[in-house]
Amino acid sequence: MASVVGTFTVDPRSRAAAKRRARTEGATGWAFVSPSVVIILGLSVVPVLWSLLLSFQVNDLVSPSEWVGLANYKALLKDPTFGSAVSHTLIYTVLYVPLSVIAGLAIAIALDRKIAFIGLYRTLVFVPFVVSAAAQGVLFSFVLDPEFGVANSVLHKLGLPAQGFFSDPGQALYLLVAISLWSGTGFCVIVYLAGLQGVSSELVEAARIDGAGRWGVLRHVTLPALTPVTIFLVLFQTINALQVFDLVFVTTKGGPLGSTTVIVYFIWEKAFKTFTAGYSAAAAYTLAVALLVVGVVLQVYRRRVASR
Amino acid sequence: MKRLPFSAWHFVLAPLALLFALPLVWLLVSSVMSNAEINRFPPALWPHGINLGGYRYVLGNALFPRWFLNSFIVSAVAVTANLVLGSLGGYAFARIRFAGSKVVLGLMLATMVIPFQLTMIPTFLVMKELGLIDTLGALIVPSLVTPLSVFLFRQFFVSLPRELEEAAWIDGCGRLRILISIVLPLARPALSTVAVLTFLATWNDLTWPLIAINSDSTYTLQLGLTTFQGQHHTQWAAVMAGNVITVLPVLLGFLLAQKAFIRSLASTGLKG
Repeated sequence: MASVVGTFTVDPRSRAAAKRRARTEGATGWAFVSPSVVIILGLSVVPVLWSLLLSFQVNDLVSPSEWVGLANYKALLKDPTFGSAVSHTLIYTVLYVPLSVIAGLAIAIALDRKIAFIGLYRTLVFVPFVVSAAAQGVLFSFVLDPEFGVANSVLHKLGLPAQGFFSDPGQALYLLVAISLWSGTGFCVIVYLAGLQGVSSELVEAARIDGAGRWGVLRHVTLPALTPVTIFLVLFQTINALQVFDLVFVTTKGGPLGSTTVIVYFIWEKAFKTFTAGYSAAAAYTLAVALLVVGVVLQVYRRRVASR
Repeated sequence: MKRLPFSAWHFVLAPLALLFALPLVWLLVSSVMSNAEINRFPPALWPHGINLGGYRYVLGNALFPRWFLNSFIVSAVAVTANLVLGSLGGYAFARIRFAGSKVVLGLMLATMVIPFQLTMIPTFLVMKELGLIDTLGALIVPSLVTPLSVFLFRQFFVSLPRELEEAAWIDGCGRLRILISIVLPLARPALSTVAVLTFLATWNDLTWPLIAINSDSTYTLQLGLTTFQGQHHTQWAAVMAGNVITVLPVLLGFLLAQKAFIRSLASTGLKG
């Protein structure tokens, strides 16, 4: 018997075919996603739970581990090296994030005009971003080498005293911020440049006609329109800054005198140099929770801005 | 082309652009200096001629060619695998209705917020169990497909009109056939974005090779360069030559496909 659906007469045979097709569709879907699911979930969910277990254990990556409860976390709180790693990371983050975002916005506004060579200018500002942290670190280790580096050579020409740079505990961390600004500001610039294309030129015109000057347009039209971009960049740069490692490893290895030991360097050292994996996992969990808090706070803020 | 009027902005923008370019110019310049010029005090600010001694040293006496090959293999496999697995997964999540798809997709996207430090020790232990530590396999397996690749493909496929696929579907074409012959040829922006982001991430990575690789013949360029600098810190010309070799593929890729690079990176920001 043929059943009637709407104005179409559906043959029961084709309905069976559709059912069959729907069943194979499910199999096809799973076949398509299963390699990704196995790799991504296998190498994230499993390790995350494993890390949590590790953080309650004493483990040297070789012999069987021993359950110690919260001892690793309690030890972390009392560990002065971890304390200074946290404060170095915070100094780095508090300097790097606002400076890169503000400089990124200023440079993007400067580059958002149609003049000769503008493509070249944009390319040059952005190009350090694609250079790896290892290559940046090796390059600046040379530039800032107290004996053979060009930086002291220039200071000498200018009649200024030679500097210790990475061998000076008072300078090393700030030099890392400066190098990161050189390579990381370009990312903020291109994201802001893309965002500026979305700022309504009619609104800008309207504000101009209403007598707003350049600052007025920037403050009351451009910046509010860019708020979602700004929140994204603050989030992105903060997450990257709290996880800084490669550049530190290549240039200072946490020194001199521990002045550039950041959290991830601490985590790496505890896991793969002193083989105290449980302790390292506890530090990694502490960092992850901090990152999660930053992420959630900024997401909530973004939602609130968006719904306004 | 119309000539643009001269702008006072050049006085701001030209020095600024120069400031960003200068360290890279110095990288290139110092790689062709002689050790005598570098080791003088104060060191020379410009070479007297082109000296290829540094390049000869890193290509002849060091393992740089081997490291280059290792990096190339890891990046090439990772890019190919991300394009294949990412587009398959992304297509299924965008078009095929199957039980559990929403939950699995949500779970996969949620893993994007997991910081690497949280997974690195267990991943190391897993790779050790698989016997992959100190092989390129340890570098390749975790980078075969990322949630970002799947997500970028999914977003792109969702934005394509379904009508394009319907005729083929009614003709009885299978999903794989539709993906390969109809959808992927239209997906160049997504393909290039995933390729660019995967290449940048794998070629430039240092942390994971540092953990997973011990023997110098298995180093990638980033790890090799870092170690080489530690062992040859008086031969700066050679170190800088090695640095140029490490940076060059990314720089060339960037200059040749600048639009794809910038669009890819900006899009992670605007959609993120």
